[in-house]
Amino acid sequence: MAKAKKPKLAVWKFASCSGCQLSLLDCEDELLAIAETLEIAYFPKASSAVKKGPYDLSLVEGSITTPHDAHRIHEVRKVSKTLVTIGACATAGGIQALRNFKDVKDFISTVYVSPQFIQVLDKSTPIADHVFVDFELRGCPIDKHQLLEVVNAFLNKRKPIVPPYSVCMECKRRGIICVMVAYGTPCLGPVTQTGCGALCPSYHRGCYGCFGPQEKSNTSSLAKWWKTLNVSEDNLVRAFRGFNAWADSFRKESEVHEK
Amino acid sequence: MKNRSVKVDCLTRVEGEGGLEIKIKGDKVTDIQFNIFEPPRFFEAFLHGRLFTEAPDITARICGICPIAYQMSSAHAMEMACGVKVEGPLRDLRRLVYCGEWIESHALHVYMLHAPDFLGYDDAISMAKDHPDLVKQGLKLKKIGNELMILLGGREIHPINICVGGFFKVPTPKELQKMAEPLKWALKASLETVKFVSALEFPEFEQDYEFVSVNHDREYPINEGRVISNKGIDIVVTDFLEIFEEQQVKHSTSLHAVVKDRGAYHVGPLARYNLNFDKLTPLAQKAAVEAGLGRQCNNPFKSIIARAVELVFACEEALRIIDNYQMPEKPYLDVPPKAGIGHGATEAPRGLLYHKYEIDNDGVIKAARIIAPTSQNQKVIENDLAAFVPLNLDLPHDTLTWKCEQAVRNYDPCISCSCHFLKLNIEQE
Repeated sequence: MAKAKKPKLAVWKFASCSGCQLSLLDCEDELLAIAETLEIAYFPKASSAVKKGPYDLSLVEGSITTPHDAHRIHEVRKVSKTLVTIGACATAGGIQALRNFKDVKDFISTVYVSPQFIQVLDKSTPIADHVFVDFELRGCPIDKHQLLEVVNAFLNKRKPIVPPYSVCMECKRRGIICVMVAYGTPCLGPVTQTGCGALCPSYHRGCYGCFGPQEKSNTSSLAKWWKTLNVSEDNLVRAFRGFNAWADSFRKESEVHEK
Repeated sequence: MKNRSVKVDCLTRVEGEGGLEIKIKGDKVTDIQFNIFEPPRFFEAFLHGRLFTEAPDITARICGICPIAYQMSSAHAMEMACGVKVEGPLRDLRRLVYCGEWIESHALHVYMLHAPDFLGYDDAISMAKDHPDLVKQGLKLKKIGNELMILLGGREIHPINICVGGFFKVPTPKELQKMAEPLKWALKASLETVKFVSALEFPEFEQDYEFVSVNHDREYPINEGRVISNKGIDIVVTDFLEIFEEQQVKHSTSLHAVVKDRGAYHVGPLARYNLNFDKLTPLAQKAAVEAGLGRQCNNPFKSIIARAVELVFACEEALRIIDNYQMPEKPYLDVPPKAGIGHGATEAPRGLLYHKYEIDNDGVIKAARIIAPTSQNQKVIENDLAAFVPLNLDLPHDTLTWKCEQAVRNYDPCISCSCHFLKLNIEQE
């Protein structure tokens, strides 16, 4: 019997820190098994071998910030049967979306002496603003177990099991003492989607929103609670303007508190 | 006269997006551009107006491969600005989590990114078909580095447990002791790594570099010290910008750092090794000498041996810290904000990482400056290629192109870092 052809995997990078792609290489125990099941056809960070598309599964890291990348993402979509975005940059614009609140020209002149050589768009935007995305995996960085789940789901033609509930639920499940109630530490856990395993509260620190807003997050109520902890308007703006600053509900809430 | 060009549109097995373009006329290289088309992300600009306590988490996002380096350089800079010095067990724990990052990053580069060049494979996965035990050893080493980062940092990428003043939570001695056995294995594997890489074939290629690294009077440089070179630089970190400057070049979104009025310099494992050999542990020194590295090495291709020697060092250092650990009473020192300027220079796996911040009395950042290792190595990489290509023009085109890419990978470049920056295009006219 002829051996079934392995599905082809491609990993693409746009504006990002490479941390989410590194998550794949950080699957030290699973990497060789993944390579048995999938053909790693395009993954420049790990391999010099470049195989032609189309690709069965494309993992896309990073946000769109340059005219060139705004064009390139359409090329990537064309050669991808399934396109999954990985990480806060690709799903929400990332930390570099902080420029979206300012004039990018001022930003360029802060960093570069000859700004005329630098071609960038006004805004850093998520992949889904440009092309159809089959599934979005959140996190700054993504969680590698969730990544394995997504790859596994794809191989088995099922929907990935990625919980949509908040970090609060995770804390309760793990029996972690609520840092906001017990210590008065401001925490974004009530409005942030889980995925990290409630990491920050387990280290006695408030959640800072790496996985972005949970669906229907009540950010205004949380902001009121934060104010009772004497958090200033400026610091509320800073809190909602983190690694998922351009995600809808975080963006709107930050604008409410901006002078 | 024959004209050639070597062109690599997208360099692989490096972090980030870059390329290479080399133009050759006869036996002369007429132009070299190590292009960086990684989109710029403007970190220095949006740090303006953020709180000093946010800098470690925000700057970590410059690089997913060396977040600890960013967290450490920024934390040190903020502490200097506020007049606080972290010492004792908290300082040791910082060194320990940094050892974790060195082990993870060096194992990744030695086994998965650089070794395939020497053995003629496209990647570690195809290398694993012929050398399964070798690749598995590399992956296990990498994993141990990551475990150390997870234990102290909460997670391996963008750790959440590092703050200005120390940590949010510190481990108990018992929790740290769990890492002792894996690290003892890692030390043995690192010694084997030195033997393995020392037996690889290296091109005959030596350059007269200015090596720059942090230097400390008692320890191999990781977190603090003066900044020194083999050509006379010996300064405190606050004088960094007096000696070094960054220049913008047209073909790159990464700035090039140079020694003022002198030019290119070399940072990273080879620089640290050459400038601090006497501070390595006796075992790491012995491994280096047996590997034939000598006290001085000017062959950039042998950086893979220096990296392996540093693996030995990092494992021993981690074990030493774990054995001596006494849990501090509080996981952090209070750092009340104070208007001022702070500088931090620490040794990322791929070289010196400099941060400078100005903050006001409320701890709001007024100005930020970050000089990443790859910005500093960019010019040296171009110089290496300019010297290397004319010596190897008789090589078939594909082999020459591959060797040029390998010459870039000698530096373990981290392109996202340098843009806070890589494309190979060798063109023969």
